[in-house]
Amino acid sequence: MPKKKQDLGKYLSRYWTLYLLLFLPVLYFFIFKYIPMTYIQIAFKKYSIIKNVWTMPWADNHGMEYFIQAFSNRDFIFALRNTVMLNFLDLVVGFPAPILLALLLNELKFKNLKKFTQTVAYMPHFLSWIIISGLALQLFAPNTGMINGLINRMGFPSVPFMNEPVHWVVTYVLMGIWQSVGWNTIIYLAAIAGISPELYEAAAIDGAGRIRRMWHVTLPGIRPTIVVLLILNLGRILGSEFDRPFVLGNPLVKDVCNVISVFVYNSGIRGLQFSLTTAVGLFQSVVCVIFLFIADFLAKRFGERGIV
Amino acid sequence: MITSKESKIGDRFLIVFCFLVIVVCFVPILHIAARSLSSMESLIRNDVMLLPIGFNIDAYKYVLADGKFTWALFWTAILTIIGTGVSLTMTTMAAYPLTFDHLKGRKFFNTVIIFTMYFNAGTIPMYLLLKDLSMLDKPVVLIVPYCLSVFNMIIMRSFLNSIPDSMRESAEIDGAGPIRVLISIYLPLSTPVLATLALFYAVGRWNGFSDALMYVNNRHYYPIQLLLYNLIMATSNIDVVQQEGGSLPGLSESLKAAAIMFATIPILCVYPFLQKYFIAGATLGAEKG
Repeated sequence: MPKKKQDLGKYLSRYWTLYLLLFLPVLYFFIFKYIPMTYIQIAFKKYSIIKNVWTMPWADNHGMEYFIQAFSNRDFIFALRNTVMLNFLDLVVGFPAPILLALLLNELKFKNLKKFTQTVAYMPHFLSWIIISGLALQLFAPNTGMINGLINRMGFPSVPFMNEPVHWVVTYVLMGIWQSVGWNTIIYLAAIAGISPELYEAAAIDGAGRIRRMWHVTLPGIRPTIVVLLILNLGRILGSEFDRPFVLGNPLVKDVCNVISVFVYNSGIRGLQFSLTTAVGLFQSVVCVIFLFIADFLAKRFGERGIV
Repeated sequence: MITSKESKIGDRFLIVFCFLVIVVCFVPILHIAARSLSSMESLIRNDVMLLPIGFNIDAYKYVLADGKFTWALFWTAILTIIGTGVSLTMTTMAAYPLTFDHLKGRKFFNTVIIFTMYFNAGTIPMYLLLKDLSMLDKPVVLIVPYCLSVFNMIIMRSFLNSIPDSMRESAEIDGAGPIRVLISIYLPLSTPVLATLALFYAVGRWNGFSDALMYVNNRHYYPIQLLLYNLIMATSNIDVVQQEGGSLPGLSESLKAAAIMFATIPILCVYPFLQKYFIAGATLGAEKG
């Protein structure tokens, strides 16, 4: 025992600076990630501005009052439905898009054109949703927008891209693809670059054309990458980004554009219903973790590497 | 490679496809640029497509003459520079010690950090914490609360891990301590990853919006995106709802376009030059994450 202590002392005298470096980051995680977790108890308590989180009185119904309230709140039910719906559409339409783009870019023989296309396709990823929304309004506005201007000139009535629920959902999903498709090809192109060229040569000798090489060599080669990203995306099915729905939404489509994060902002930070919205946030976080583990379990079941 | 008829048709299709991708990505920006440089009358007639009609730079002059807007640009630039510096320092301080295999408690630190990636307390607990810390409405709230991203820390850590241990060991034999090794060996080799993360953090701060919306009431501290939001959305939503009818739609349209250009141009000028770095960074993060 004393010898061990001596060793530790020697170790620390040599490497104490590593702990010095770690001190601030660990303090950061403690304050800004772990202390907020103690605030989660507000979900089970009656929020009071004059008490701290430990001394607030418990909520009714064994502390579950605010969960009951949430699930009988029409706005929350809509937000829940919209979150699942929009994320599901993003997954079904948005997930395959970068795979397809990567496959096609990979087939391109002209390296300069390929590189230029990539550079341009990465650009939307670096724009904020405020800017994208500004672009969208100037393109899609019913009377002043460019696209409806063209449509009108061809003799058709304006399309309500952003002010009718069904059209809004389509616009929302397509703009998500526009913003992320180029960026998301990076990981697939890297995976494709890792496939052995011998496989392509063997396939070509066997007489496989371009399409069949894509199907039988490239796609199986990037399967692990696809699965990992699919798990992550499934894990996020109840997660919600804030900027995109908040900025793209407008009062005319409020039945489809309000997602959980927007509900939390409106009812919590603006509406001051802190207990209710903390409960909603907790529900969302817990479901996200559960979904992530289920997706990971399924992936491992099917013989993939998984992520957790 | 076999050059059959099929593959020639395929090549043509691919070239057309690439041009389509380029057009779709670039047309919105080009259109806004054209609008910002067009005359009021042509905008009211909705004539402007991809090239300015009735070229003038009045909208830019208007926007630049607006003290609030130029201040927000300047203020966001300051926030971006300080924020990126803080973030890079914190990320390095977290990632570097974790690359030492023999670090006692390494597994504990790793778990504590990674756990926050899977479970977070949520918007309201964070808001109430910042309120209790009296950070709301202070400039520091736009820098500190989200200064360290676990994802970026993982990218940094896997890059540092790829530097051979032998380099560290030979320096250690010469008597260099960990900080000395970091400064004289690791950091000079880390330009690619530092450039990538600087880009990620800087773009994140420049584009950041929701933290300011939630935590800042004082208009003086509004970053550019929040100001843009108020400028564009407040009026445009009315346009969408009421189908126009406001005063001077043409002028306000070109002003909005010019304001968008001001917030976009800095990013368009920077990211293409860092492409070779961020591609490696994005790949690394996705592989190890």
